[in-house]
Amino acid sequence: MTDLAPHPDALTDAQGDDFVIEVEGLRSQFGDHVVHEDLNLNVRRGEVVAVVGGSGSGKSVLLNSIIGLKVPEGGVVKVFGQDVSRSREAGGLERRWGVLFQHGALFSNLTVRENIEAPMREHTRLSVREMEELADLKIALVGLRPDAGALKPSELSGGMRKRAALARALALDPDLLFLDEPTAGLDPIGAGAFDELIRDLSDSLHLTVFMITHDLDSLYTITDRVAVIADRKVVAEAPVAKLESSDHPWIQEYFLGPRGRAAAKATAQGSRA
Amino acid sequence: MAEAAAKREAPKRELRGWHEMTVRIGKGVVSTGYDAFDTLVFAGHLLIVLAKSVVNPLRIRWASVFSLAERAGLDAIPIVAVTSFFIGAVVGLLGANMLREFGAQVFAVELIGVAVLREFNILITAILLAGRSASSFAAEIGSMKMNQEVDAMKVMGVDPFEALVFPRFMALLVTIPLLTFVATLAGLCGGLAVTWSVLDIGPSFFFQRILEYVGPTHFWVGLSKAPIMAIVIAGIGCRQGMEVGGDVESLGRRVTAAVVHAIFAIIMIDAAFALLYMELDI
Repeated sequence: MTDLAPHPDALTDAQGDDFVIEVEGLRSQFGDHVVHEDLNLNVRRGEVVAVVGGSGSGKSVLLNSIIGLKVPEGGVVKVFGQDVSRSREAGGLERRWGVLFQHGALFSNLTVRENIEAPMREHTRLSVREMEELADLKIALVGLRPDAGALKPSELSGGMRKRAALARALALDPDLLFLDEPTAGLDPIGAGAFDELIRDLSDSLHLTVFMITHDLDSLYTITDRVAVIADRKVVAEAPVAKLESSDHPWIQEYFLGPRGRAAAKATAQGSRA
Repeated sequence: MAEAAAKREAPKRELRGWHEMTVRIGKGVVSTGYDAFDTLVFAGHLLIVLAKSVVNPLRIRWASVFSLAERAGLDAIPIVAVTSFFIGAVVGLLGANMLREFGAQVFAVELIGVAVLREFNILITAILLAGRSASSFAAEIGSMKMNQEVDAMKVMGVDPFEALVFPRFMALLVTIPLLTFVATLAGLCGGLAVTWSVLDIGPSFFFQRILEYVGPTHFWVGLSKAPIMAIVIAGIGCRQGMEVGGDVESLGRRVTAAVVHAIFAIIMIDAAFALLYMELDI
């Protein structure tokens, strides 16, 4: 379709690359409805990759397949070289990744600090004091006030809840961070600040970030590469600036529509200033 | 591509009349089959968690077991006691009035004893907990599912069965027998209140008659049903909660189903036990 489409031999060509996520020939379906067919996607270590696509194109299904919440109907999903659907029982993967769900998914009966301690309690043998100190450190890391630790999720604003959930995702110092619509439901200023936070964290903690987003500003400001899902597969995989020149109709409409142009312009101005 | 789109968008013709009815019946049968299969999966998963917990009791989340036991058990004492008291009183009143016609009003004590010790203590406890706990289990787990908290647990490497379902089983297994005991005492007190005021049968005579003519066997028969009731209530509540989808409507439907199924199952199991113990002559 375009020269941006992933080459089928890309996997074998790129032996020098260090892939954190490898999706090969993924097939997902619900009853008769096929969501993905022969979908391929790779994410290198240290990259910030975003997945975009229309509603119902299966972005969330892809994320769920990668983090093991959905067993794919076909194909292989490997994270850190381990087959996700097979290594669930063996464990170990959970200690190396953190997931930020769209609405935070904080445990509503626990305080923010207890939420951040939950993964530590599960996977480490730290003392109560050490866990508390670490949790406070994570709270500061994501830019929450220190007193937020004692609050319940229901007492937080939307933006604070996302930050608290991000702190929980970072609790075990993961190498890989999954973000499901990180800026959805935030006001433009809050969304911009959250984007900046993710960029800072991924730079300073050497995180690999895999995100699903609708937010064009996020695409322009923080991603290294964008994968576009349409027609049940990844139709293009490239830095956002290159995608603008794609001739795929959906991509054109997405990036060259009024909102896409505004985001591109804002980024251009931002880099000039 | 256009061809594929056209194929996908061709609307299905709506079925009417007989055909629609047969399709609906078929769907109902198939979904019952799936339900039965899912229940087996649920039971199997729970057995695995049980085995793991027996091997390593440190895996059990004791904090959550105790807090649930407090909420499902301790907090239910007043309602269970008051309800059983009045049931005992009603049985006593009916018995006293009917038996008085034969001049056999003293047998009202045996009637109260057998009814309370054998049936009403466990039945009232179980039905109240079905309304109180099965619904709250289903609603709690269901809203956690809607909020993706269960997914968050899974990606953290926590088995929701271990963290959510098993503690609820443990809590009810411990508290239902205790609540049954409370219900027994309250029911007898209710009966005593009536016999004392209507028939002038005082406490010492009442309890002596209970000991001599009713005996502890009936109490053990009642109590023997407690663990089964606990398993049924916790199982139905948690399973319906785990079935909640992403929408509010399914939460409401599942919570209702939890209560209705649990009460139905309790009555059925009680009937089965009644037949079983009759055959065994206990």
